Amino acid sequence: METHTVLLDHGAGGKLAHRLTTELMLPILDNPILAALHDGAVFDLPPGRLAFSTDSYTVTPLFFPGGSIGDLAVHGTVNDVAMCGARPIFLSLALIIEEGLPLADLERILRDAAAAAQRAEVAIVTGDTKVVPRGAVDRIFINTAGLGVIAEGVHIGGHRARVGDRVLLSGTIGDHGMTIMTQRRELGLDLPLQSDSAPLNHMVRRMLAASPRIGVLRDPTRGGLGTALCEIAEQSGVGIRIHEAAVPVRPAVAGACELLGFDPLYVANEGKLIAAVPPQDAPAVLAAMRSDPLGRDACEIGTVVADRPGRVTLTTRIGGERIVDMLAGEQLPRIC
Amino acid sequence: MPLKHAEEYRDPALARRLAERIRQRSRRPVRLMEVCGTHTVSIFRSGLRSLLPDTITLLSGPGCPVCVTAQADIDAFVALAQTEGVIVTTFGDLMRVPGTRSNLLRERGRGRDVRIVYSAFDSLRIARENPDRQVVFLGVGFETTAPTVAATVQAAAQAGIANFSVYPAHKTVPPALQALLAMAEVAVDGFLLPGHVSVIIGTEAYRSVFDTHGVPGVVAGFEPADLLGAIAMLVEQIEENRPQLANAYPRAVCDQGNPKALALMKTLMRPVDAAWRGLGVIAGSGLELVEAFATFDARRRFVLELPEPQEPKGCACGQILTGARTPPQCPLFRTRCTPMDPVGPCMVSSEGTCAAYYRYHAD
Ligand code: SF4
Repeated sequence: METHTVLLDHGAGGKLAHRLTTELMLPILDNPILAALHDGAVFDLPPGRLAFSTDSYTVTPLFFPGGSIGDLAVHGTVNDVAMCGARPIFLSLALIIEEGLPLADLERILRDAAAAAQRAEVAIVTGDTKVVPRGAVDRIFINTAGLGVIAEGVHIGGHRARVGDRVLLSGTIGDHGMTIMTQRRELGLDLPLQSDSAPLNHMVRRMLAASPRIGVLRDPTRGGLGTALCEIAEQSGVGIRIHEAAVPVRPAVAGACELLGFDPLYVANEGKLIAAVPPQDAPAVLAAMRSDPLGRDACEIGTVVADRPGRVTLTTRIGGERIVDMLAGEQLPRIC
Repeated sequence: MPLKHAEEYRDPALARRLAERIRQRSRRPVRLMEVCGTHTVSIFRSGLRSLLPDTITLLSGPGCPVCVTAQADIDAFVALAQTEGVIVTTFGDLMRVPGTRSNLLRERGRGRDVRIVYSAFDSLRIARENPDRQVVFLGVGFETTAPTVAATVQAAAQAGIANFSVYPAHKTVPPALQALLAMAEVAVDGFLLPGHVSVIIGTEAYRSVFDTHGVPGVVAGFEPADLLGAIAMLVEQIEENRPQLANAYPRAVCDQGNPKALALMKTLMRPVDAAWRGLGVIAGSGLELVEAFATFDARRRFVLELPEPQEPKGCACGQILTGARTPPQCPLFRTRCTPMDPVGPCMVSSEGTCAAYYRYHAD
């Protein structure tokens, strides 16, 4: 390519657009269905119920420790599909690019997306690119949609938590949110923070192999663990009781939260999941989580209870008790 | 600021022992007030109230800097944001505070340049990067923030950055305590004094307040055990009838405070009468820039047209801030007023009492 930035013409369907697709995108996202360059992807599906999900991604900065908007857009949708208990197979990838985005950045983002898809073992089979005038979007927005297949006998849903279920968490919380937060602004903090952006579908497969009776799976992204638990309690009409001491938080995340007045319970994650599992199956599912590289710090954080339906109660480290509510509005750094 | 936790003060066993000590000693019903937003949050987040006996009522006083900022000042912030060519820089929790007609978040949505910063120095950098714009920092906070703002103004003066200014709305804690104690409707039996503020001003800064009123005051840190330790000291003083000023946070706070920070404040700032939400005008409770640095005072630089300040209708923040009412006693609490759609500042700030009740307190 002669130019170094994305131009409006790149999205206009002409020669430049064709070259962007064939010379930059295809080699990176290499797979036979996409290479056919049809208007849509044509494929066969294995039998079973399907899960279908879509999400749009925008993040500042585009590149951050532990990931970029490219892998985030793949992981996010892969995880949404996986949280339905499905095995994600195909993804679509649509880019809305602000004119002037350096081509090197675009290439890096696509490479990250391709690597993420490979790691998750999903294929990006259809896509689209639009270029819009400066200021119409913030550098690049990405939309992905994902399709997955649900195995026989698996029934996952936010309304399926039952009294007595154990609540499992796959690892430390708040890593993604605090990484982005501290990158975005010049805090002058040099903290070893890294986003946890990762595909959770392999872990889900191991968990379902350990017990197909898992009732709830959820990835606590925006709104954090606290909000996700509240949603489950509300949808299932049960109470949830968790123990603060059992919830792992990295010291750097805890430190950054303390400084900015944030509660790690409400900070976003991009590579963690929670599950509600019948008590007799909990040990096996927990072992399955821990056998996955992304679930080494997995732990049981609480129990589904009958009292206070719709409410999440936290036993604090000092043995006190308080409620956990949904996050209301973005957390804004306090005066410190 | 140290990023390492004071882990030992988080030790659950120590906290339980202290709670037990309080339960054993406490006989008289007492009302204890903290005057620090970080204390408020720590108390709620740790569920500390659930460990205390019924004899102890914890009240949150005027400790949240955003909450105590007077309506007229909030209106001035909004007016600054609306001023052509101005970049307003602010701490995040001011964004949603409702002014009489608008708030900063809404102004930003309308295309005004309002930026969230973490320190006044970020604001100075923005001024350097935008020489053709006026950059105003909204100086809200207690003695903890004032020294950094003073240092920033000094740096701006030295570097000759003329497009930078501060809207001085800083407040100081001891005069507010004095005013609180003088208010008839405030019945407080003891104060938990703010740890961070005390690091700067030192324990002795409260001496005159506590020597005259016969009410105990104990400086407290922020870990649950710090707070429980301070509460235990207050309870013991009250039970033994020997009210005094004491320091339960000696690992961070000394008698005389931080001389460097105090000197900086003294060089650049002077006390002025200031209006507080809920407390009215308190003599000598604000800080403004001294004459030599007055060119950096945004109030001198901009002529602002302000509406007649009107506090949000039905909002009981004023009474919440003096401990006269608790949030559930406000008819708007949880109904019309939530953190998503806050009516008053006490619901806006993460350190506000209403927000803490909403988030952490079961009905
Ligand atoms: S609940 Fe809302 S309206 Fe009531 S005092 Fe608190 S902030 Fe004001």
